[in-house]
Amino acid sequence: MRVSLLWILCYLVLAPFLGGLLDGCDRKISARMQGRIGPPVLQPFYDVQKLFNKQTIAVRRVQAAFLLVYMIMMIFTGCMFYGGTDILMCFFVLSTAATFLYFAAVVTNSPYSTIGASRELIQMMTYEPAVLFACVGFYLANGTFTVGSIVQSDVSSILYLPGFFFAFVFILTIKMRKSPFDTSASHHAHQELVKGLTTEFGAKNLAFFTITEWYENIFLLGVVGLFIVNRHPVSWIIAVIVVLAVYFLEILIDNTSARVKQDTMLKLTWTVTLLSAGINTLVLMLIR
Amino acid sequence: MAVIPFLIIFPFIAAVLMYIIRNNKARGVVAYISAAAIIIAVGVLVVQWLRAGAQPVELYLETESEDHVILAGELVLMVLCTYLSFKYKKAWISILSIVPTLMLAYFELWGPEMEPIHHVYLDHLSILMCMIVGLIGGLIVIYAVGYMHGYHHHHTEYVDRRNYFFMLLFIFLGAMFGFVVSDSLLWIDFFWETTSVCSFLLIGYTRTSEAITNSFRALWMNLLGGVFLAIGIIYFGYHAGTVSFQALIAQGTAGEAFALIPVAFIAFAALTKAAQLPFATWLLGAMVAPTPSSALLHSATMVKAGIYVLFRLSPAMSGRMSGNMVAFVGGFTFLMCSIMAVAQSDAKKVLAMSTIANLGLMVACAGVGTPETIWAGVFLMVFHAVSKSMLFQDVGATENALHSRDIEAMHGLIYRLPKLAAFMFIGIAGMFLAPFGMLISKWAALKASVDEGNIMLAFFIIFGSAITSLYWTKWMGKLIMQTNKPKVHDITKPNEVFSLTVHAVLMIALCVLFPLLSGWYVDPLLKEMFGKVQQTLPQALLVTLIVVIVLVFLVPLVAFLFESNVKTNVKPSYMNGVNTGDNVTFVDSFGEPKHLSLSNYYFAHKIGQRKLMKPSQLAATVVIIVMICMVIGGAL
Repeated sequence: MRVSLLWILCYLVLAPFLGGLLDGCDRKISARMQGRIGPPVLQPFYDVQKLFNKQTIAVRRVQAAFLLVYMIMMIFTGCMFYGGTDILMCFFVLSTAATFLYFAAVVTNSPYSTIGASRELIQMMTYEPAVLFACVGFYLANGTFTVGSIVQSDVSSILYLPGFFFAFVFILTIKMRKSPFDTSASHHAHQELVKGLTTEFGAKNLAFFTITEWYENIFLLGVVGLFIVNRHPVSWIIAVIVVLAVYFLEILIDNTSARVKQDTMLKLTWTVTLLSAGINTLVLMLIR
Repeated sequence: MAVIPFLIIFPFIAAVLMYIIRNNKARGVVAYISAAAIIIAVGVLVVQWLRAGAQPVELYLETESEDHVILAGELVLMVLCTYLSFKYKKAWISILSIVPTLMLAYFELWGPEMEPIHHVYLDHLSILMCMIVGLIGGLIVIYAVGYMHGYHHHHTEYVDRRNYFFMLLFIFLGAMFGFVVSDSLLWIDFFWETTSVCSFLLIGYTRTSEAITNSFRALWMNLLGGVFLAIGIIYFGYHAGTVSFQALIAQGTAGEAFALIPVAFIAFAALTKAAQLPFATWLLGAMVAPTPSSALLHSATMVKAGIYVLFRLSPAMSGRMSGNMVAFVGGFTFLMCSIMAVAQSDAKKVLAMSTIANLGLMVACAGVGTPETIWAGVFLMVFHAVSKSMLFQDVGATENALHSRDIEAMHGLIYRLPKLAAFMFIGIAGMFLAPFGMLISKWAALKASVDEGNIMLAFFIIFGSAITSLYWTKWMGKLIMQTNKPKVHDITKPNEVFSLTVHAVLMIALCVLFPLLSGWYVDPLLKEMFGKVQQTLPQALLVTLIVVIVLVFLVPLVAFLFESNVKTNVKPSYMNGVNTGDNVTFVDSFGEPKHLSLSNYYFAHKIGQRKLMKPSQLAATVVIIVMICMVIGGAL
């Protein structure tokens, strides 16, 4: 109990810093890949600080409330995960949180943000099977959905779950809004959708959104780490390395691929999910 | 327990009154009183049963004269079906009624001597069904009085046959009570057929050609189920010398060879009742009927009769071929109908598709047949009954006011019909958001299907639930979008609002009390069914759930209060500088103002009913035929 409270506390305090830092590294590395110098690593923090000092402009007042609910539910998801509770429940709460993001975007009736939000829904539908499969995979490998027990296992889950791992990393590109699957809120402001579902978020609202993204990324990378960790302390170091490698991979994919249409995204993702997670499931059932 | 015959017979008396009273006001008053009497009677039944120790109760050993009444009732139904089939030139359907009825009549009068059995059996499951039927049914009758007034005001082209409509609603309620408390399969068959015929007559209420076609589709599909039910009963009667449902379950669970076929046949009948693929089309067609009948029969209660039978049979099906068949058909229906629901923009059709899909999930839970899945299934049933009944009533009321039930027409409904939109919001939230019970039931169903190694079902649930969120979320989003259309005159009657309010309160109460209900009610139910008790919900999860529940209700409240105090500069939305300032109009290339319309994704040409229904029906039919053949081959 005390350990999990400690974890929750760490997550609450450290996640935004880590998330922001990763975001800064992301920008820096992306810039270097594109032959630019790029902003300082701490730039995301400066940005958020600036957003907080601006006058709040919104199309509808209620947007802020929806975003706040989104943020709190998202943070709660992360707390549930790092507190070591049921992983399937974590993702269920996460999907409820995402619904509030959708509301915050569509309530404006703004064409750009509404189209972005509709695409976000399609994205949610696209990645959810892989996420649920990952949970099922953990259950098959460890006999429990409880994160606290999964980390106590004798061997890393990934040995049983390579297919699930692959599918999960695949959908991480969607979750982190990276190209080629960034149809709902493109990273690059000049492109087709202006800024997709974030078009009408300004000042504090955008700051809330950004901080929530950081919390979310740390949660998702935690799930990636969960594939690796077991009760040996060494595995924790390996997990950190794998997590960083996966994050780098996402940056690389983001910078080397062009955006695809959403039905391509759907077909591609579901095929990958079905094939890699599906076959992995069948194999696991057979050897069990 | 004199209240049981009261529950069965009183609605029939009320039905006669409904038909006789021609004055709408007077009939309305009698309907209120009768509905209240039914709800109170259910309350009395529950209290009596709880005070008697909440144990399974067997009643009515000697029922010679009642048996004759029931047989006569079967014959009346047969004559009615035959007459109507000939009248509307669909004579072949009458065969589906004549054959099983005559078979059963022969079996009863000249067949072998049956062991004396108790005709009524009460346990947690049947009491639960009584509560659903009584409470939801009573409320829907109250709602219907106001709704039908608005309906005939709005649809002047249909003949006003309200007395006939209310008569059928009450007959249905009586039959439903009879169905869930009976242990005699012969009684069950009679009440089963009565609900089928009620549904058929209600679908045809408006007498348009579409209504008539759809009503006969519903009739033949349900009667086909009835044929299988009758064959199952007679087969079992000849082999076991009894027509007790409990005996069938016990012998099926024990694995007696002669019980395999009846179990599979009755399960098949239940699939038709629960509108599973390939029979899903009858329920979609049933949406032409006035909304109270959609809410009562085609979502909240009658289709649950199929689920009830499957839950009863589940220990006998678990791990056997019939269980595999039921689990597959249910899971497959869940997936396919969820996909097709995405393509619908007619609110009632979305509700119908989602009803079939959710029934599919319950059917799949019954097919797997372990305590965990039945636990999930029972909660699915309860939550679905309340939230769907509420949604149907709400869409009906909205249609009366808005003159459209298209989801696209509900753009910004929260500003135009605030009360109804709020109810709709709660109802939809109940269908898929955490922490409402549907979600936790999905959690349990997924876990149990993995436990049982039923990977196919896990696939169906995983993909199905991802799709479910899509169509609900986009509907909810539509309700809150900004609009400059004027407010609609809300013609919802106070009794409709009353029913909706009770539903909403019930919904939230269920959500909050749900962890307690699990321990108090559902665990004993499982103990009766499987003979062992275990806590399905791990303690740690229970704690998490309570936190989530508090969070979900508290956080938005705090957020909205907090936000109302923050200084916000409200500006028009971004439209490349051509927003005229009201967020719904822009300046087009001729310099004229143009209305901005935003629509949801539907993909109707890719995943619509037209495209997917036939192949899905075919696939399900093939699976059912093959598996039924395998059951028969295995038993003979």
